[in-house]
Amino acid sequence: MLSKRIIACLDVRDGRVVKGVNFEGLREAGDPAALAARYNREGIDEVVILDVTATLESRQARAHTIQAVAREIFLPLCVGGGIRTDDDAASAIEAGADKVSLNTAALNDPSLITRLATRYGSQAVIVAIDAKRNRARYEVYARSGSALTARDAVAWAREAAERGAGEILLTSIDRDGTRAGFECALTAAVSDAVPIPVIASGGAGEFEHFRDVFTTGHADAALAASIFHFKERSVSDLKSFLAAAGIPVRLC
Amino acid sequence: MIALVDYGAGNLTSVRKALAALDCEVIVPSSVDELATASRIIVPGVGHFDRTRAIDEEWRGAIRAALERGVALFGICLGMQWLFEGSEEAPDLPGLGVFRGVCVKLSPTRTSPTLKVPHVGWNSLDLPRTTDLMHEVEPGAQVYFTHSFAAPLVPESAATTTYGTTFTSAVEQGRIAGVQFHPEKSGDVGLRILRNWLLMNSRVP
Repeated sequence: MLSKRIIACLDVRDGRVVKGVNFEGLREAGDPAALAARYNREGIDEVVILDVTATLESRQARAHTIQAVAREIFLPLCVGGGIRTDDDAASAIEAGADKVSLNTAALNDPSLITRLATRYGSQAVIVAIDAKRNRARYEVYARSGSALTARDAVAWAREAAERGAGEILLTSIDRDGTRAGFECALTAAVSDAVPIPVIASGGAGEFEHFRDVFTTGHADAALAASIFHFKERSVSDLKSFLAAAGIPVRLC
Repeated sequence: MIALVDYGAGNLTSVRKALAALDCEVIVPSSVDELATASRIIVPGVGHFDRTRAIDEEWRGAIRAALERGVALFGICLGMQWLFEGSEEAPDLPGLGVFRGVCVKLSPTRTSPTLKVPHVGWNSLDLPRTTDLMHEVEPGAQVYFTHSFAAPLVPESAATTTYGTTFTSAVEQGRIAGVQFHPEKSGDVGLRILRNWLLMNSRVP
């Protein structure tokens, strides 16, 4: 049976992990490669590097980070943040990324999805959607959640899939950073509308939140960042919890 | 020395990295003459079956000649599908035809009506027989898949996996083997399988 995936997100700025690094006694927290190695030992299924620097000058630094992380893990590795052009995607993939995640660039030029899917295969192209609830619908935001677009999240996910995206990485802006739980209604609406896997993101705080997003949220994978930085919240503990709750997961 | 065949289907970085971790010497041959110097050949690749068109008659001939010399061959993902007779994804294009049957698209079934395709993620291996490739791999061990088409069950199947339907996830016949999943992205289990392939062919010239 196909397992539900647990994905760790490393928010990286100038080569250092910047989210959830303020924990005492965790000296490795700032180093993406060391953190990825720890997650690998704990049984993480996949790693996402989200480069929040995302300037042109940072492309080389990003390649260095990707290489360093890729050396530590024999797992799928996705890179997002600042993938604006075909060349950005190419340099991330050459550095060792298996997938790239497109967000604002895909909104500005949806044909980028198809171009990259044709060149690298759909499995290498993730479309990231940042959505915020407005009454009964979910609106898509660009530029790291700062710019409202005219798009509806469900319709945009469908279009992205039709254009060749292999997966959708869906973040709830309302829940991101709140630790109040994933937004299951949003996740289910998108997951039910597309034939491709949906990764839920935003709001993970408790193990129960993961269970809920897999059951009522119909998610295929769940992504979290800071929850895993707590040593007492290890990936292996989470997976044991999910397995006991009847969710298929990969136990190492 | 291992020849990694680059025919433009996906990048080879992660396969190279895994082979380096197993202390293998790897070349990416730019000509069939270079291919002829290898004792082992890996055909990796992801994406559309039509990509295998780039393995033209000259390269197919060189790979067949290598097999006749006892060179070991390993197909990964699209490279494994190519070992079969072909794929519905590109019906006019023949595979190498080492194994019988044609790869078909995964699709929702009566029992799995909401099946998502592509099949992405970690799924388990069932082991229908004892093989060198799956030596010390536990039944039910999980590996990472990402594909939309899958190979039929054959007598040479070394592992099978179920996603809507049951398909061949690993195949082995003498010195020819292949896997539908990505051993280079499947953690310790994946490295074990790659190592098994290297060991089972350690006596080749």
